[in-house]
Amino acid sequence: MYAVREGFAAFRRAPVLTGLSSAMVGLALFVVGLFGLAAYNLQLALTAIEERVEVVLYLRDDTRQSEIDLAVEELGGLAEVQGVRYISKRDALAQAREQLPEFGELFSEGSVNPLPQSLEVELRPGAHTSEAVRRVVETGTIYPFVEDIQYGQDWVDKLFVIRRIGAVSAAIMGGAFALVAALIIGTALRIAIFARREEIYVMRLVGATNWFIRRPFLLEGALAGMLGGLLAWLLTYLAYRAVYTWLFAIAWIPIAWVGIGLASGTLFGAVASGLSIRRHLREV
Amino acid sequence: MIKLTHVSKQYPRKGLALDDVSFEVGKGEFVFLTGHSGSGKSTTMRLIHMAEQPTSGEVRVTGYSSAAVSDRDIWKVRRRVGYVFQDFRLLPGRSALDNVAFALEVTGSPPKEIVPRAQRLLTQVGLLPRAGADVSDLSGGEQQRVAIARALANDPYLLLADEPTGNLDERATRGIMDLFWEINAKGMAVLMATHDLELVRSFSQAAVIELDQGKLVYDSRKG
Repeated sequence: MYAVREGFAAFRRAPVLTGLSSAMVGLALFVVGLFGLAAYNLQLALTAIEERVEVVLYLRDDTRQSEIDLAVEELGGLAEVQGVRYISKRDALAQAREQLPEFGELFSEGSVNPLPQSLEVELRPGAHTSEAVRRVVETGTIYPFVEDIQYGQDWVDKLFVIRRIGAVSAAIMGGAFALVAALIIGTALRIAIFARREEIYVMRLVGATNWFIRRPFLLEGALAGMLGGLLAWLLTYLAYRAVYTWLFAIAWIPIAWVGIGLASGTLFGAVASGLSIRRHLREV
Repeated sequence: MIKLTHVSKQYPRKGLALDDVSFEVGKGEFVFLTGHSGSGKSTTMRLIHMAEQPTSGEVRVTGYSSAAVSDRDIWKVRRRVGYVFQDFRLLPGRSALDNVAFALEVTGSPPKEIVPRAQRLLTQVGLLPRAGADVSDLSGGEQQRVAIARALANDPYLLLADEPTGNLDERATRGIMDLFWEINAKGMAVLMATHDLELVRSFSQAAVIELDQGKLVYDSRKG
């Protein structure tokens, strides 16, 4: 009861100080939120591109149907493979005519069909890693009737590098700004502790437990952190609406991320204030 | 109640504040701790209150040893030992009643009992009529009475008083000393640090321990 009353009393006693610390925490977490928004949309874009990665095995003209059937069955049995589609020379020609009308003469009826038959291997969702692609390619190269394999190797590798850079920088930036938020709350709490140092001294003097002394400050820090988290959520949402309305369509971050943001704000507040009061208690 | 065994306290800058001091204060005793300023009285009081640790030797207070007690358990010692300062250390902007009630509240007294108990404590120190007054509006003697009521809040076994009359005039001093005697008469041990030898002489029934430059030079119980 004492902890709750005193924890909330801080907002009444020093509204500017606690308001400012919440606002600063809100701004720091807003940067984390923006980064999250960017990282999430980058992830979505990368996934969409990755979904289009497929492996194409070009076959020699003299490949027997039984060999093709066997390859379709074997490749289809791989864990990474969603499906294998056989494209005959005729199908390839039809596709080329449709997609490249400017080369219409080259692909006209009667002339020799220059296009090879092929097997298009579609990967399972989530199996678009370079390792998975490589396993399919290795299986493909075993067949003597496979002339060439294309799978956009450069693209696959680059996508994974971009994804990794995105993840690492999101973690570093997020961590750095979360630390900033914790330091801000810690400093604000140091001021609050200083303002109430006489009370804390008397509490220690008459035999209040450390936990009892700490509780209102922990609550105050958690409240400041939570308010900061809510502010960050609001600012991030406004930024999202602004980008969506005036620049381009992007997706809003999953609600779980928002929950994690709010929970981390609250937790950071509590931890930062806990550390500050702990330091102070050692000194009195 | 209190037992110091070969206690020394060395500060990094100030040097040796206490040098191999040993003495005891038993149940129900009234003991003056005297000496010039800088003789080590306050250091001794702080060690007994477990606000500091001795550099060597052992301080035992109400069953707790300085060698074994952790910061987490200090509160247990503090509830058994009341402490009164020269400068009162009251919370300004609060009434006498609130100052005493605060001590009861933060040490976990049941909410319903806090105000009646605080009133009883103020009655004991003769200050109930001024219970609602802001402590800043009270005289020095009255403020010290509030501080004593607060020190008694947890029914301690022992009362430590560090120069409690240092800021008081003669009349207020007499009143506070009478109060200490009353408290002591009910069985609580009192250890009072003071450099006022006149005061010590006027209470000849109390034991006296004298410190000089960190050493124990006189204990009236040992002659």
